[in-house]
Amino acid sequence: MNIAAPSADIMKVTVQRYRPEQDNEPWLQHYQVPFSADTSVLEALQHIKDHLDPSLSFRWSCRMAICGSCGFMINGVPKLGCKAFLRDYSELHIAALDNFPIERDLISDISGFVENLETIKPYIIRDDPQELDTSQPINQAFIQTPAELSLYQQFSQCINCGLCYAACPQFGRNPDFLGPAALALASRYNRDSRDQGQEQRALFLNAEEGVWSCTFVGYCSEVCPKQVDPAAAINQGKAASTTDYMLNLLSLSKSGEKE
Amino acid sequence: MLSSQSKPQRQYPRSHEPIVWSLFGAGGMVVAFLLPAAVLITGFIAPLGVAELPILSYSLALEFCRSWWGSLFILVCIVLPAFHAAHRLYHGMHDLHLRGANWLMLTVFYGGASGLACATLFYLWILRH
Repeated sequence: MNIAAPSADIMKVTVQRYRPEQDNEPWLQHYQVPFSADTSVLEALQHIKDHLDPSLSFRWSCRMAICGSCGFMINGVPKLGCKAFLRDYSELHIAALDNFPIERDLISDISGFVENLETIKPYIIRDDPQELDTSQPINQAFIQTPAELSLYQQFSQCINCGLCYAACPQFGRNPDFLGPAALALASRYNRDSRDQGQEQRALFLNAEEGVWSCTFVGYCSEVCPKQVDPAAAINQGKAASTTDYMLNLLSLSKSGEKE
Repeated sequence: MLSSQSKPQRQYPRSHEPIVWSLFGAGGMVVAFLLPAAVLITGFIAPLGVAELPILSYSLALEFCRSWWGSLFILVCIVLPAFHAAHRLYHGMHDLHLRGANWLMLTVFYGGASGLACATLFYLWILRH
């Protein structure tokens, strides 16, 4: 059996600290972290917390790019800590995600993002709500073909890690912008053959805070760890919103002018 | 869920961006497909004498400009790219954090493109009279 010898490599890791009860603003702390070829950034942070500085706070859970908890700015790029490895860097600078308030150390306050997610009604909507009444026995199946599934499957892979929000310059300048993940999720439900909520969601999508704040920078799709491609979803949403705008001018559309 | 109940409902007025975005999209198509050929022919091939193009003789060119389809071609080649550029610059200024008063930016960029459209229409009208 070929077992690699423990590596003696040491990397300088700079971590952004912010403890609201003591610090007026974020500051930088340096650590020396031993690593081998398979050490992830998340493991480096865990090493710091376990062996060097128990006061360091960061969010994590699954260690395998499923939970979306460990998003950080790693050398200025939004990445998941569990999906970035020390072997790819000569020096590390880890900070909380851009464009969000910092709660503590590397923990971002993503409640604004969660509110945006709620806004776009990310669930199956039916014209007849009784069809979804869970207190009644299920009496019908909403059959979907593989072709219908493939229309939205890509956009349903989002793990709500917030990397696209840290990458988006428009969200950084205007937190009212619903943002990449929320708009991609709106697209996911609008494309679902079982959903009938397009008109309700059009109200948000047609607004400046909806698809129209996007200038197609495309960095959201570049940093997405699940290849969701929110930039494509938003720009296809612009085409849909334009069609709806023109239909509305001709008074053929039922959506967007309510409330 | 709590936050959406405790907060007053946000208003989401419809954006009028689709108008300028449509012009931007159409202009992008013209810039990508039509303009390179037009620039190549009128800017390089004809003036450098690479090929003899009788259509670019004065009388035939004037006839082209006076025809309705020639006027349409010139209009499409000038106005749509102008709106494309105006839209790019307007949002590019925003991306570069160079943001003045919004009415001023709208006037300079979309107003400029509209002015160019009017000037083109006026010039085409003069050619026909």
